[in-house]
Amino acid sequence: MSNFNFLLFGVYPYIALAICLIGSWARFDLAQYTWKTGSSQMLQPKGMRLASNLFHIGIIFILCGHFVGLLMPEALYHSFISSADKQLVAMVSGGFFGILCLIGLVMLIQRRLGDARVRATSSRSDIAILFVLLAQLLLGLGTIVASTGHLDGSVMVLLGTWAQSIVTLQPVAAAEAIAPVSLVYKLHVFLGVTLFVLFPFTRLVHIVSAPVWYLGRRYQIVRVKHSGRAVPPVQAPAGYRAPAKAAPAKAPKKAGQPVA
Amino acid sequence: MKIRSQVGMVLNLDKCIGCHTCSITCKNVWTSREGMEYAWFNNVETKPGIGYPKEWENQEKWKGGWVRNPDGSINPRIGGKFRVLANIFANPDLPSIDDYYEPFDFDYQNLHTAPLGKHQPVARPRSLISGKRMEKIEWGPNWEEILGTEFAKRRKDKNFDKVQADIYGEYENTFMMYLPRLCEHCLNPACAASCPSGAIYKREEDGIVLIDQEKCRGWRMCISGCPYKKIYYNWKSGKSEKCIFCFPRIEAGMPTICSETCVGRIRYLGVLLYDADRIHEVASTPNEQDLYPRQLEMFLDPNDPAVIEQALKDGVPLSVIEAAQKSPVYKLAVDWQLALPLHPEYRTLPMVWYVPPLSPIQNAAQAGHVSMDGVLPDVDSLRIPVRYLANLLTAGDEKPVKLALKRLLAMRAYKRAEQVDGVLDLKVLEQVGLSRDQADDMYRYLAIANYEDRFVIPSAHREEAMSDVFGERSGCGFSFGSGCGGASDTNMFGARKANQRDIIKTVQLWED
Repeated sequence: MSNFNFLLFGVYPYIALAICLIGSWARFDLAQYTWKTGSSQMLQPKGMRLASNLFHIGIIFILCGHFVGLLMPEALYHSFISSADKQLVAMVSGGFFGILCLIGLVMLIQRRLGDARVRATSSRSDIAILFVLLAQLLLGLGTIVASTGHLDGSVMVLLGTWAQSIVTLQPVAAAEAIAPVSLVYKLHVFLGVTLFVLFPFTRLVHIVSAPVWYLGRRYQIVRVKHSGRAVPPVQAPAGYRAPAKAAPAKAPKKAGQPVA
Repeated sequence: MKIRSQVGMVLNLDKCIGCHTCSITCKNVWTSREGMEYAWFNNVETKPGIGYPKEWENQEKWKGGWVRNPDGSINPRIGGKFRVLANIFANPDLPSIDDYYEPFDFDYQNLHTAPLGKHQPVARPRSLISGKRMEKIEWGPNWEEILGTEFAKRRKDKNFDKVQADIYGEYENTFMMYLPRLCEHCLNPACAASCPSGAIYKREEDGIVLIDQEKCRGWRMCISGCPYKKIYYNWKSGKSEKCIFCFPRIEAGMPTICSETCVGRIRYLGVLLYDADRIHEVASTPNEQDLYPRQLEMFLDPNDPAVIEQALKDGVPLSVIEAAQKSPVYKLAVDWQLALPLHPEYRTLPMVWYVPPLSPIQNAAQAGHVSMDGVLPDVDSLRIPVRYLANLLTAGDEKPVKLALKRLLAMRAYKRAEQVDGVLDLKVLEQVGLSRDQADDMYRYLAIANYEDRFVIPSAHREEAMSDVFGERSGCGFSFGSGCGGASDTNMFGARKANQRDIIKTVQLWED
């Protein structure tokens, strides 16, 4: 195992995770005003329903698939599925949703660059992140092609071992596990880890704001100004009786009328 | 019972001259930033017309407001919670910028720098979004100003429902009125209900509905949820913004900018006490036409000792109760029932109400006489069809509109008899159920309309919010995001500055 391999797949993931966590924390705390989806739908709604839905449904499935596929220990899934079958499931479902995502992403890139309004209001990071995702998606689809050469699930197990070693704080074991896999997987993993680095600095942050708790909340939210009462609640002065009829407005209220 | 207070507004449409001063002062104060040029927290529409954004009243198209289900429950018309989340990647009910208008500026510098030529140089429009040349300006916030555009287009106005609209396209029968619009600061806000982030909230103390700019993530569901289309997406900041009812001024006891600068003195601001426990029950009233009277019932008499006692118990300060007793909004809406809510059928329980406008007596000259209802002219012979006003203000129920119009006419007849003929005409008041005191008050509030009668606003009890006064010192005041921070032009997280123009500079330097 080379030092370079250890640096990229044993050390870099921890740096990336640290940047992701600390960066997001800093952004949420210091600049929450910038924490947003960055929607441009109202500037150009044409084709958005198809493009955005394809892209988001595709990518959400892919993310969930990676999470389960990489982190589920071998011992757990071997009771109901073999590694080879699991690889096949991953290739078919990942391929299907990857294609959906790719169609959506290409439409979104075309829209972002092709529409004058959207182009003018895009930040550099809005454009850059689309191309990073495109590259990552193409690499991911490329790994499916590469995987057709070895359907026994061995590479998948190695990658799973890498991910599980990383999250269980065994960088040496992780780097060892990933060392023998071919280049396209390594590029895909490297760019994937890089996405964690980019996460806090781009609109990707909206992923963690997925508003699922909306399902459980009341329709109306009321905020009260006082957080903790500095002064006791107002009470009517003893013997206070409200005036029966409003006083004429021209007679101003007596100054210094007691309130509490 | 849980008593809450709200600063409500009434607009006397009878006196609105459509000058747009309210819109302009509001824009200058709140929405002159890049990203918000197209947004008018306050705009004045000429009715009949489809308005801004186009056809905002057509809820079959935009799905704003609430809908009552067969089981008696209500949910936003855009859908229940699952449907709202299911549409989060692309909102199918979102107006595009073209439904408002593409904001523009003109190339004024061309007037200075154009070379000598045969023709006068012109300043052509340029988009404030793309920075590109615009060949034609297609729409704006007051495009239908004073019956602009052809009738066939304005005919789509939803308030023409059940009105024989086509005759109003004829020159002799045409009518118009102004409708200044702003956020209604509803008791049952549909925008707040449809916000996935829970960023939109109602303030307990004054009922102002605000969007927490830090918490808003730009899921843009509120824009569809609001049936008045008074929530605007700031394309630069990626957050929704709306009328804030000038809360910094209200807290200081001052009227909103639109009210302060109204040259026609048509706006009134005052406190209403209402029973917050009844919001849901009233908003789900089965019959749409009952929504107005039932909302009226929610407003509590601020002079009733039981109400005062309960209000104090619920934490309403005494100064607010006293303001409620002098509230011009209470007088106009509850006492005299002149003011009516805008589209109560949306079930949002709006809190900006309107006194319907009188209009010239139709055909009076040619018929040689005016059809009379007792001693008053018949309101059915007014030029603006009562049905149209009813569709606008009372979900189609003509009775409250007629009562309000008759009371306005009766007050005029009574004052005219008193001041011109020197006669005390109480019969005309009896006919519309007004006492002499009430009519005198109406005259004072509607005709004289003194500043201190129109605006009765209790200042906020800042001391209650200041649990840590020491910590507030040297604060940075009103700002966007972490507006206090440094002088650097770059933001680590890619945000663009709210107070800087990136697309085109409106004030170009001579050297450019």
